Amino acid sequence: MNTPIVTPEMTPSLNAMFRFQWEKAQNCFVLLFPEGMVKLNGGAGEIMQLIDGQTNIQQITAALHAKFPDAGDLSDDVNEFVTTAIEKKWLNHD
Amino acid sequence: MTNQTVTDISAQDSDALVGPPLWLLAELTYDCPLHCPYCSNPTDLSDTKNELTTEQWFKVFSEARDMGAVQLGFSGGEPLLRKDLEELVKHARGLGFYTNLITSGIGLTEKRITKLKEAGLDHIQISFQGADPELNDAIAGRGNAYQQKFNMAKSVKAQGYPMVLNFVLSKQNLEQIEDIMRLSCELEADYVELATAQYYGWAYQNRDHLLPSREQLVEAEAIVNKFRDEQDGKGPHFIFVTPDYFETRPKACMNGWGTTFLTITPDGSALPCHSAKMLPLTFPNVKDKSINDIWQQDFSFEYFRGDDWMPQPCKGCDEKEKDFGGCRCQAFMMTGDMHKTDPVCSKSEDHHLIQQAIDSANNPSKPIVPRVNQKAMKHAKDTELNITRIKI
Ligand code: SF4
Ligand code: SF4
Repeated sequence: MNTPIVTPEMTPSLNAMFRFQWEKAQNCFVLLFPEGMVKLNGGAGEIMQLIDGQTNIQQITAALHAKFPDAGDLSDDVNEFVTTAIEKKWLNHD
Repeated sequence: MTNQTVTDISAQDSDALVGPPLWLLAELTYDCPLHCPYCSNPTDLSDTKNELTTEQWFKVFSEARDMGAVQLGFSGGEPLLRKDLEELVKHARGLGFYTNLITSGIGLTEKRITKLKEAGLDHIQISFQGADPELNDAIAGRGNAYQQKFNMAKSVKAQGYPMVLNFVLSKQNLEQIEDIMRLSCELEADYVELATAQYYGWAYQNRDHLLPSREQLVEAEAIVNKFRDEQDGKGPHFIFVTPDYFETRPKACMNGWGTTFLTITPDGSALPCHSAKMLPLTFPNVKDKSINDIWQQDFSFEYFRGDDWMPQPCKGCDEKEKDFGGCRCQAFMMTGDMHKTDPVCSKSEDHHLIQQAIDSANNPSKPIVPRVNQKAMKHAKDTELNITRIKI
């Protein structure tokens, strides 16, 4: 498979195979799918919360920057996560 | 924000305290319309009178969810035979569970698939016995089962569910593996489990008729790999599980006894694994104790946790973290002692029993026994036990 190229205009959406929710017992966001669970770390959870099928990469990055002003430029982090998430089929994209 | 952690449900870190039972399997009823010879349900089927009530199941779900359980499987028997299934799904979904229905597809209708969706069901798994009506229905012991499953699988996808198909492979259907994979593509399955029968319960009695030969397996595996290569990242994700009889190390016991999985049987017994009831241990019942007490304190759950219980050669073995000494049920069935090293392990003094089983499967001496409710048979004294021999 070719590595997807994340562009600022791309709008990712959650693959309907997965459910995204906060798990209190795990103290993190998770993705649930048939008989399985993926635990997401803090950063991944923050990005996933902003993915709604309407918001594009640029807007997601800007929203994160507004929430974490001291974190510096976050575009690489967003691109890296979204690339992995598409490869793993957690996310679809237009 | 880098270093994203991705943790598989089966790779939980073990803290000092016992982690939560992440996976809860609710066996709603032993009742089942099919009679598969590989069924791993207990061979002395209890009758349905002692089944937990709706309210009792609600309590089980709430208590397990409070502890951190997240995956909930509804199985049986055939869970569709419970009239309150929709109600149970709705309640569980409301608590935040990911809800899985594990069904034979018999008794499913388009309408029920819709109703379950409305109740919040997340995923449906349908089991098949073969890739065509003839073989499928011969193994399942029921006519038209195949067509029904096929139609329901179509409908499950049409209604937008993730779908897992489960094919129980044995000597009887292994040669159909390629057709099975094509069928899975046609039905647009998301995941497909191609699993050789686990030899517990009913299946153990029928092992000679089910266990494929090494040659059959090697061939099947080659077909699976070739098919996968040609998929080019598209279509179902195939999971091929071979029987551990041909290995020199046992399969790890479900991530360790009492670490992740909790099964509640139709009458409320709590088990660390779905076939543990065969073991000479007394298991607690949810009618008497809370899930928390059961999981954290019960003797039977504590019994095979960690490695204190292990005899040699497991105790001194540097692989014990990997396989936990293998399957307790298999050790018990084959050696009569549940503490022993799983005979699959080449370090086990009982390893020759595995070779004997393989040899004996090449030359079965007893006829195959379909799964029938023995108690039901008592009321039909003049009916001979219907023993079907399946021709290949
Ligand atoms: S004891 Fe055996 S059957 Fe039970 S969970 Fe462990 S491996 Fe599975
Ligand atoms: S001796 Fe026991 S722990 Fe070691 S590999 Fe065999 S089963 Fe596993």
